[in-house]
Amino acid sequence: MAPVFDYAPAPESRSIVDIAPSYGLFIDGEFTEAADGRVFKTVSPSSEEVLSEIAQAGEADVDRAVKAARKAFQQWSALPGSERAKYLFRIARIIQERSRELAVLETLDNGKPIKETRDADLPLVAAHFFYYAGWADKLEHAGFGTSPKPLGVAGQVIPWNFPLLMLAWKIAPALATGNTVVLKPAETTPLSALFFADICRQAGLPKGVVNILPGYGDTGAALVAHPDVNKVAFTGSTAVGKEIAKTVAGTRKKVTLELGGKGANIVFDDAPIDQAVEGIVNGIFFNQGQVCCAGSRLLVQESIQDELLDSLKRRLATLRLGDPLDKNTDIGAINSEEQLTRITSLVERGEAEGAERWSPACEIPSAGYWFAPTLFTNVTQAHAIARDEIFGPVLSVLTFRTPDEAVAKANNSQYGLSAGIWTEKGSRILAVASKLRAGVIWSNTFNKFDPTSPFGGYKESGFGREGGRHGLEAYLDV
Amino acid sequence: MSDERLSVFKTYKLYVGGKFPRSESGRVYEVTDSKDNWLANAPLSSRKDARDAVVAARKAFGAWSGTTAYNRGQVLYRIAEMLQGRRDQYVREVADAEGLSKSKAAAQVDAAIDRWVWYAGWTDKIAQVVGGANPVAGPYFNLSSPEPTGVVAVLAPQESSFLGLVSVIAPVIATGNTAIVVASEKSPLPALSLGEVLATSDLPGGVVNILSGRTAEIATPLAAHQDVNAIDLAGADEILAKELEIAAADNLKRVLRPQPVDYIATPGIDRMTAFLETKTVWHPTGSLGASGSSY
Repeated sequence: MAPVFDYAPAPESRSIVDIAPSYGLFIDGEFTEAADGRVFKTVSPSSEEVLSEIAQAGEADVDRAVKAARKAFQQWSALPGSERAKYLFRIARIIQERSRELAVLETLDNGKPIKETRDADLPLVAAHFFYYAGWADKLEHAGFGTSPKPLGVAGQVIPWNFPLLMLAWKIAPALATGNTVVLKPAETTPLSALFFADICRQAGLPKGVVNILPGYGDTGAALVAHPDVNKVAFTGSTAVGKEIAKTVAGTRKKVTLELGGKGANIVFDDAPIDQAVEGIVNGIFFNQGQVCCAGSRLLVQESIQDELLDSLKRRLATLRLGDPLDKNTDIGAINSEEQLTRITSLVERGEAEGAERWSPACEIPSAGYWFAPTLFTNVTQAHAIARDEIFGPVLSVLTFRTPDEAVAKANNSQYGLSAGIWTEKGSRILAVASKLRAGVIWSNTFNKFDPTSPFGGYKESGFGREGGRHGLEAYLDV
Repeated sequence: MSDERLSVFKTYKLYVGGKFPRSESGRVYEVTDSKDNWLANAPLSSRKDARDAVVAARKAFGAWSGTTAYNRGQVLYRIAEMLQGRRDQYVREVADAEGLSKSKAAAQVDAAIDRWVWYAGWTDKIAQVVGGANPVAGPYFNLSSPEPTGVVAVLAPQESSFLGLVSVIAPVIATGNTAIVVASEKSPLPALSLGEVLATSDLPGGVVNILSGRTAEIATPLAAHQDVNAIDLAGADEILAKELEIAAADNLKRVLRPQPVDYIATPGIDRMTAFLETKTVWHPTGSLGASGSSY
């Protein structure tokens, strides 16, 4: 079906952001080369254009950064909370001032639509700094005793799907509670963290309080294993999370892990269908499905399966895939070639196992990494696409007949991060929510985030909570 | 021959799934008092006993975690009542196990009874203390509440055979988890006797399962078990604790590391929160979406 109206291109100007040809590591308040001189390139996934050359931190750099953070810890933790709060408020304000620049930068480096960086990521980044700024001088009211103490140096490793937002989730509570940090951004999305280093400079943050070390998995592993790191915070895959749990075994390091998910989005026969369809789309196609809490398993009550799927397919046909800097784009690029390969191979496995694949007619750009929104029907619980986290725009549809069956299928997963419930019946929402083994449950909505709201998983989706009062515990000696 | 009456010895057994089995392995080991006098033969549990205990704990989890907090509190209080009635027995057992004077052993037992009462009062308060409403910036009802993490393996402290034991079991079950407890290796008898109290305290079978034997031998399969959600390493030494923590990483068990604890002092809530998950539920409070439809 041809669209009645075509949209004119509406590209966001990229002149607002000035990307330097190369960036160093940010250690002790200075940009510096890696000790062994290694560098890597970061590319724009929508065009494969090289954006910049980045210094790659090795073990010696990790050691230098941890030393800087240790030195800075003495003064930073001794500051009155009200002073730390003001630094965090400053950072929040500067983020707001520079949010258009940061949104464009994030879209360039990550490949996600400007609509999402502008309207979701950046407002949430600022909100997290605002929220935790206010905690810095009120920690004795947080429920962790009358004088909760910081842990020391926090080693933080974050993923590429929400680069600046994950930085905010990690750095804001760490600084509010008086810790200093060494943060490793993902190798495919290091730029916004390096711009954040400049925000620290503008805010006058004391040297060494925040250190940024771009690099690959080995950099992260060195940081996690460093004997002078007191706290490890990681967001990423379950497999790496397990490695980290083994690395910190037998040490006194406190650890929090935000890992994978295979969220069940349960639609009952009395659900508001139009809202549910929007929620399903948002649940699995937000950020190209590269979201750990994505609603990647649709559990639909059998009696409304046809009606819902017709409606869903009609809606998917209206999604616009293409230039992430275009304000009308719904689906941007997959973050990297490696991730695209992973999605492709899991989808091929779904077909090989007998599930039925469907995508709307969709033009794929010639350069960059792209994957059309995809849904699978005839999926059983035994299929890999129903069990494994795909981390892409791929929805697996399963059916159920009774609420108990929905709960059993939803819980039939090694993961337990998120779930959705769609029904007009309040008692059903509460009953099902209480039975689901997941840390975040959205009823009649999906993929909502807020700094005051704890986020984190059950089972192999990791442990600890980020956000809210609960998020403070991860950075306090309690 | 003395004309004193010959006493009746007790055959100590495990407590699994509400029943009192011998070890599947048929093995026992000799338990002695502080002066090396023989006290009893305790079951030397095997890996199979540990696995049976996990099955029992898993089976009990649904009902116990679904019980109202009010009801759980009464069950815990009932345990204190039963203990109080058998106070003299435990004083004797603790005195023998730890080589304490009667009065010191009595102090330990009294503290243990009081500890059950303390945790009984927590069951319906912990959710209010660690949960609550989140003031999100938008038209959403948003509530965080704690939930039990599931099946918890508990390595009871080695030195405090009864007060320490109670101090690690009560917080786990007060919050709705079920437990597999590995008794103090050297002094398991008070733990095995505790099973008799639990069995007569309205506590559903399988909520607490008690094993005796070599801590390392029983703890290793528990730490690696895919259907165990958490492990309290209180009774592990440094080397064993590290091994178990590594094994526990395989399914990302929640791990409570060993730490120095003064069991006489009133505990904080961290032994409860270590085995709680936080569940956050969102619901729109007004507008249902871009379409503008409302309540």
